[in-house]
Amino acid sequence: MTQPHIPHPDLPPPANAVGAIGWLRRHLFSSPANIALTALALYLLYALLPPVLNWAFFDATWRGDSREACSGQGGACWIFIRTHFAQFMYGFYPEAQRWRVDMLVLLLIFGVAPLFIRTVPAKLKRRLGLGLLIAFPIFAFVLMRGGILGLAAVETSSWGGLLLTLVIAGVGMTGALPLGVLLALGRRSTMPTIQALCVTFIELWRGVPLITVLFMSSVMLPLFLPAGLNFDKLLRALIGVTLFQAAYMAEVVRGGLQAIPKGQLEAAAALGLGYWKSMGLIVLPQALKLVIPGIVNTFIALFKDTSLVLIIGLFDLMNIVHNATTNPAWLGFSTEGYVFAAAVYWLFCFGMSRYSRNLEKRLHTGHQR
Amino acid sequence: MSEPALIPAKPPFWNNPQTRAIAFQIIALTATVVFGWYIFDNAQSNLRRLGIASGFGFLDSSSGFDIVQTLIPYSSSSSYGQVFWVALLNTLLVSALGIVLATLIGFLVGIARLSKNWLISRLALAYIETFRNIPLLLQIFFWYFAVLRAMPAPRQSLHLGEAIYLNIRGLYVPHPYLQAGFSWVLVALVLAVVLAWRIARWAHRRQQATGQQFPIFSVTLALLIGLPLLTFWLAGSPLVWEYPQLQGFNFRGGWVVIPEMASLLLALSIYTATFIAEIVRSGIQAVSHGQTEAAFSLGLNSGQTLRLVVLPQALRVIIPPLTNQYLNLTKNSSLAAAIGYPDLVSSFAGTVLNQTGQAIECIAITMAVYLTISLLISLLMNWYNRRALLVER
Repeated sequence: MTQPHIPHPDLPPPANAVGAIGWLRRHLFSSPANIALTALALYLLYALLPPVLNWAFFDATWRGDSREACSGQGGACWIFIRTHFAQFMYGFYPEAQRWRVDMLVLLLIFGVAPLFIRTVPAKLKRRLGLGLLIAFPIFAFVLMRGGILGLAAVETSSWGGLLLTLVIAGVGMTGALPLGVLLALGRRSTMPTIQALCVTFIELWRGVPLITVLFMSSVMLPLFLPAGLNFDKLLRALIGVTLFQAAYMAEVVRGGLQAIPKGQLEAAAALGLGYWKSMGLIVLPQALKLVIPGIVNTFIALFKDTSLVLIIGLFDLMNIVHNATTNPAWLGFSTEGYVFAAAVYWLFCFGMSRYSRNLEKRLHTGHQR
Repeated sequence: MSEPALIPAKPPFWNNPQTRAIAFQIIALTATVVFGWYIFDNAQSNLRRLGIASGFGFLDSSSGFDIVQTLIPYSSSSSYGQVFWVALLNTLLVSALGIVLATLIGFLVGIARLSKNWLISRLALAYIETFRNIPLLLQIFFWYFAVLRAMPAPRQSLHLGEAIYLNIRGLYVPHPYLQAGFSWVLVALVLAVVLAWRIARWAHRRQQATGQQFPIFSVTLALLIGLPLLTFWLAGSPLVWEYPQLQGFNFRGGWVVIPEMASLLLALSIYTATFIAEIVRSGIQAVSHGQTEAAFSLGLNSGQTLRLVVLPQALRVIIPPLTNQYLNLTKNSSLAAAIGYPDLVSSFAGTVLNQTGQAIECIAITMAVYLTISLLISLLMNWYNRRALLVER
């Protein structure tokens, strides 16, 4: 009788191939060139991080109310930001009326939050979304502008800071997406006139820098309107930004439309759906899902582009920070100001890009390997 | 027997798709024409009411203002038309330099992003995520107001040796002056390029015929550097450097990069490089790993694999969005207006417009220039796309 063969148990992998050491060896020290790169990266970190951290945190002045408290430390003077914080947020919105803005922000947060919770029924979400899209902007405008129902009037010229940035970005996004979808559909249309008009519109706006569009809206628009009729400066900027980004949005959406196979449209036609129904129910839901990254990228670009309204003299976050750094009482803190503004913009843009990645993953039905 | 009702009643004419299409188009066209006419009419009456001249006659009248950076001869007695050319050249200069710098940084960071070294790829990621999400205008302002305007006065300049000085007035670098014999060096360079091209063609044909390889890279490199250098030495080094010198309160001589240009260039290239890095990364990742494996199994080494297999395929993915970024950079250079770099928007659509009041003409010319640039580039792109498609099966 032969003994059954019993193999030895597997040896554990060598200690330097697993765990933290194995990871280090694989990712940082796998070859001489790699070791040199690691050394270079460490040197870069050593040269950059300590001065930056010292400036921003360890040597920075956090407490105090006047610029005298900042002298001699060598680090950042965050008091500059603290004393100007309300201005950076609300601009020149009268202090006594700021509760209106606070209320709107709270309302928006409570209105939007359920849309992001998965357990909320879809029907409620749809109603809420529609309300936010149609009723909220009107309500918000009336409340912020005032002038009726005993509310003091606040001219749009005194809106400013992050508030104005968010107003421009919000209006721009809600305007640019539907307009972009329409333009994209027009560009794909079989009617030659409609197609030519849409192509001209899109290429015209995409071919020029936003800054010339804003220039145009501030110096040329008054010439194009009948004498006496004058637009609000903010409204002009809003129109400029929205039309400009709509052209970019149209190209993004067109990419999605082109990716939908013709069979989908034919199937919709076979079911007896007309143009708008087959587009709205069959093609667009698939096309828009495909181009979420592109749409969010356009939104991010729009958010960053709101800073250009500085050119036509609106006091958005960028301009109000810039304005504060030129204040004679607080000269010499431009670095702090710009770093703060950069951090705010960064938070919003980075947040949007993260959310889009999340959304993309969640909406990824099928095709997933 | 009567006719069976099998043929349905003819639908009313307004339900006929063709009729509808024609109606829609007529409506759209009419609306556009009416809108255009309305604007034109308003503009006419407004111009008459405000007493603003129209037409392009103003381009010949004298401008009366100075420009800090001019690439072609210009003085305050030059015409507005001359301002246009100066401004256009300034726009093109900053765009061209920005494109070169952004491409260099972008490719470097994009490749670093794909590095197997964890630390390097994380550093590249941190760079991309930081600078991509901050508005370009803010970056320009940061470099201009927080960094370059905070530089010391000329007497306390930061300096690199005795040649390069950095102060609040700008960056001063030595200015090369070409002497009589320098044209021979240029001739040598042209000769070297032609020779290198001929050698490359010969080597390619020989490899096709016999399979023998030729160290083409090192030979052409030696030719391109060696021949001009040799001529330079033989001609007696016909190049003189003029160093910037502190005289009184400012520097004289040398080349000066004005702070507006430096900050614009820094911000543009750092910002655009983040997008280029992502394009390069996705382009290289778009080449499937099987291609690399197949190349290895054919016996190509990693350098050859990169050069002959991966890069040609990656470039096809990379180049269209890359040109798009170049276009964006050119358009973004118009932000110069915010810090007063004398580019097209700042000098022509800004100063000239304010002086003459001819808003429509100035804005139209400015927009037409940008439109022409972008249409030219998209034509070029379409041509490239057709070529790239031909290579496919």
